[in-house]
Amino acid sequence: MATIILFAPLIGALICGFGWRWIGEAAATATATGLLFLACFLSWIVFLFHDGVTEQIVLMRWIESGSLATDWAIRLDRLTAIMLIVITTVSALVHLYSVGYMAHDDNFREGESYKPRFFAYLSFFTFAMLMLVTADNLLQLFFGWEGVGVASYLLIGFYFRKPSANAAAIKAFVVNRVGDFGFLLAIFAIFYVTDSIQFSVIFAEAPRIAETEIEFLWTTWNAAEVIAFLLFVGAMGKSAQLFLHTWLPDAMEGPTPVSALIHAATMVTAGVFLVCRMSPIMEFAPDATTFIVVIGATTAFFAATVGLVQNDIKRVIAYSTCSQLGYMFVAAGVGVYSVAMFHLFTHAFFKAMLFLGAGSVIHGMHHEQDMRNYGGLRRKMPYTFYAMLIGTLAITGVGIPLTGWVGFAGFASKDAVIESAYVGTAGGYAFWMLVIAALFTSFYSWRLMFLTFWGEPRGDRHTHEHAHESPRVMLIPLGVLALGAIFAGAIWYSAFFGKTNEVVKYFGGHYEAPSDELKAAVADRSPKASELKYVMEDPPGGAAIYIAPENTVLHEAHYVPTWVKLSPFVAMLIGLGVAYWFYMVNPALPRKIAENQRPLYEFLLNKWYFDEIYDAIFVRPAKALGRFLWKRGDGNVIDGGLNGLAMGIIPWVTRMAGRAQSGYVFHYAFAMVLGLAVLITLMTLTGGGE
Amino acid sequence: MIQNDIAILAPEIALSVYAMVALLAAVYTTKDRMAPLLVWTTSALFVVLAAWIGLTGRGTQVAFEGMFVSDAFARFAKVTVLLSAAAVLVMSEKYMEKRGLLRFEYPLLIALAVVGMMVMVSAGDLMVLYMGLELQSLSLYVVAALRRDSIKSTEAGLKYFVLGALSSGLLLYGCSLVYGFAGTTLFGGIIAAAGDGHTPLGLLFGLVFVTAGLAFKVSAAPFHMWTPDVYEGSPTPVTAFFATAPKVAAMALFARVVHDAFGGVVGDWQQIVALLAVASMFLGAVAAIGQRDIKRLMAYSSINHMGFALMGLAAGTAFGVQAMLVYMAIYVTMNIGTFAFILSMERDGVPVVRIDALNMYSKTHPARALAVLVLMFSMAGVPPLVGFFGKFYVFNAAIDAGMLWLAACGAVASAIAAFYYLRIVYYMYFGEEGEALDTGGNPILWGFLMVSAAAMVLGVINLFGVEGAAAAAAATLVN
Repeated sequence: MATIILFAPLIGALICGFGWRWIGEAAATATATGLLFLACFLSWIVFLFHDGVTEQIVLMRWIESGSLATDWAIRLDRLTAIMLIVITTVSALVHLYSVGYMAHDDNFREGESYKPRFFAYLSFFTFAMLMLVTADNLLQLFFGWEGVGVASYLLIGFYFRKPSANAAAIKAFVVNRVGDFGFLLAIFAIFYVTDSIQFSVIFAEAPRIAETEIEFLWTTWNAAEVIAFLLFVGAMGKSAQLFLHTWLPDAMEGPTPVSALIHAATMVTAGVFLVCRMSPIMEFAPDATTFIVVIGATTAFFAATVGLVQNDIKRVIAYSTCSQLGYMFVAAGVGVYSVAMFHLFTHAFFKAMLFLGAGSVIHGMHHEQDMRNYGGLRRKMPYTFYAMLIGTLAITGVGIPLTGWVGFAGFASKDAVIESAYVGTAGGYAFWMLVIAALFTSFYSWRLMFLTFWGEPRGDRHTHEHAHESPRVMLIPLGVLALGAIFAGAIWYSAFFGKTNEVVKYFGGHYEAPSDELKAAVADRSPKASELKYVMEDPPGGAAIYIAPENTVLHEAHYVPTWVKLSPFVAMLIGLGVAYWFYMVNPALPRKIAENQRPLYEFLLNKWYFDEIYDAIFVRPAKALGRFLWKRGDGNVIDGGLNGLAMGIIPWVTRMAGRAQSGYVFHYAFAMVLGLAVLITLMTLTGGGE
Repeated sequence: MIQNDIAILAPEIALSVYAMVALLAAVYTTKDRMAPLLVWTTSALFVVLAAWIGLTGRGTQVAFEGMFVSDAFARFAKVTVLLSAAAVLVMSEKYMEKRGLLRFEYPLLIALAVVGMMVMVSAGDLMVLYMGLELQSLSLYVVAALRRDSIKSTEAGLKYFVLGALSSGLLLYGCSLVYGFAGTTLFGGIIAAAGDGHTPLGLLFGLVFVTAGLAFKVSAAPFHMWTPDVYEGSPTPVTAFFATAPKVAAMALFARVVHDAFGGVVGDWQQIVALLAVASMFLGAVAAIGQRDIKRLMAYSSINHMGFALMGLAAGTAFGVQAMLVYMAIYVTMNIGTFAFILSMERDGVPVVRIDALNMYSKTHPARALAVLVLMFSMAGVPPLVGFFGKFYVFNAAIDAGMLWLAACGAVASAIAAFYYLRIVYYMYFGEEGEALDTGGNPILWGFLMVSAAAMVLGVINLFGVEGAAAAAAATLVN
């Protein structure tokens, strides 16, 4: 079954991409979409009936070279099962949505066929993403990792006539290469230390890795720390964490369904998946995970601040994605991998829905993306409005406080992240960053809603008159995702963020009673959480995720002070209130504040000047170097040298040789004698005779 | 004892007796009318001898107290020489007949030359060396001037003779020096005199002179000057012969002298051979660019190829000799195919040798053009054709022997040489439409062309087992 799930999208991509000339556009797109729904259906069966036990399905022997032996195999455990449904569900719905969204496109000429290409890319992306999550070893994972990178590149640059789209595609690819370099180094380091890239072997070796020292950059490091850090560098690139985030907002140049699938729900969460997948190593690398927490929290805060002032509807959601990814990394970094996966899972639904909703608005508004030109669309697009409303309620975390799970999907998972962060960092930096980010999230999400759906229509009258609700094929996916955005948190709350024994069991592990010292330590640390009953029993690699016995964050997170539990909710309310004040009660206020606080506003609007700084530090010197090597090095030295040699010196030698070949025997004899003289001289000078 | 010696020499004796008997028979009977028959019997005899030597020869046998050696190395060279001579003879029959050149002496002179070559490669003594060399050379001087009514042909013969005499003089002078310092002409004695750590400079001078004489025979630069003129002036079948069998024999003799007689002073001759190799490779590559006459072009091409073969020899190792032998075998195969093609180049029955006559040859003769393309690519050393593996072998040998610079020079030279091979292909496929060459032609030539081209492609599988034989041959020579 897993094999069918894995290959259905590939077959769809091949049929759609290469076969559409024979079977026609409509049939090709229908085939791709149909196969995706098949994969989705089977994924849900796998997910719902999965018993948590890790399964390995070997497809073929892949590589054997020296001590490197690798199968091409599917590793099916809880992590994979979760990712399977996330990917196939969102992908199937996005395929369906694209049938409507891509029906007409002004970026292509009349009669030009672009739909099969689009669907083939989407399906290929899905295949690569499935390869990534079903990987049984690092090489296979890397194959998927690069495969999604390629698909992302192709889809960001899908409007290949737009220079900005091409630039964005290249930027995404290049920035990802930086992360990939770290990831590759991590793979090399793992192979170096364990002589294997097989997950089962690596995980079993994890305690030994933690005791190994390796030499890297002239310094001796703990192997687990280095590997964990390098893995996270890879994850930073793919998941657009701070410093390597610059590509994500630009990636919005792609068609909106692509943004929903790749740059919100699936590909960008690959980094989080990677960290969770490698949890057996992460658990042995406290410094590296601290780094993950810091970067994650900072990203969450940074992206939220930038999101406050953006005017492009897709960019707001893009920064929101960036910010939410930060939440996930904080959770993974403090050691509650299940919570990271929880947020990944719920986020996929509501963020995909927000994007598709935004796409629906853009579609209805004739590709107008500036929110300042929206307004009052509530009545024109009621279904889209309700979908977006649900999405906003989910992302801002609306629910009944202190129940934990009674609320929208984001309520359960985000609060879980924040509570874990409070425990994991002892109420420090990450916790406050996330709470502030939650406030900002609420503000910009509601700002988006108010600007788009309430108030008076602004901008081009003509566009507003023709604004229309999207076709049903685009609304159905919204409806399905809405279900997920409402219920996903409540249903799977205990599985991801329940008692330790529930979570361990869900992820296919076994639990046991903790040691007395550990109990004492926990009771000492947080008296409210003194009843530590269970810890994970399995060794690293025994279950889908590994939680070291000393890691009791999951347990303690349930016993945080009440004010901590309330804090995200309060932050949400403040954000909502301020947004209401700014955009409903007193719409002139934001402009005034922007003018009063010009430097701050500019700073945020220009995304903290990251692009400008990178441009000055990396891009321009690289271009200058490239131009120098091209013009001077390649053009003058190499081309010039070769041309000089091939067109100047060699013909000259040829002429000389021709002239020497005079036809006179005495010339020939002379040459022979001359040659002999040279050889004799050489022999006399360098020979060993005496 | 003498019976034993004679038994070892049986192939050579058989061939000599055949040549003389046939000569007498032809003189006293129908003379030139017998020539076609003689061509066929001679080549048949070559093939039979090749089979005899190749299949029955075992181990190393020495005749006349070491003056004549029959070992795996000699057998490898002899089989190659005999087979290529047979091929060239068969190829030349129709061509010579058409132009009234098919005299009965022709196959018999070739037979005598082959006897000389067989003696050369088996030489274990400077005397035998000189005897074989001169027997070969004298026959070839005559063959080169076979077209007596053509000034060019006679000029070629004369030039070849005069310069050949000079080279013989050098060789003899070298031999006398060696004899003077070593006290013997036997290779076994020379190696004892040269290899004890105190090598007299005179002996090394002798080596240089001998080397110069041999370099003339393999037409290595700067002793190559005769080659283009002789190749151009001689009748094309004779050119084809010059380009194949004598080159193999001379190269084998070269290897035998430097290893059997001077194996103790490898370091001394290595640099000389390397110098010859570099000079030949570059001269062959660069000077050929200006040639428009395909026979002159092939002359420079062969100089270039000899440079590569010498590179294998310069390595001074058993692997180097093996590489050299493999290279020569491949070289001979390629050249037979190419000359089969050149022999078939005619317009209105008149031979054509200008390369621009090949303009758009692929239009009129797609199959032949393709075969020539394969051969040219193979000559240039384009993978995955067999010619590439020949070069790969010698480069490998040079690098193994620590002569990276030599391999690097070879790579550059082969890049330059690729130009004129590719130019022929360019003319055939992209040139301007011109007067077409004749269609049809000799099926024998067509066959040789196609078989040779096919060998260039199919040989990549295992080089037809030549590697193994060459390795065995090299092992007996170098130890």
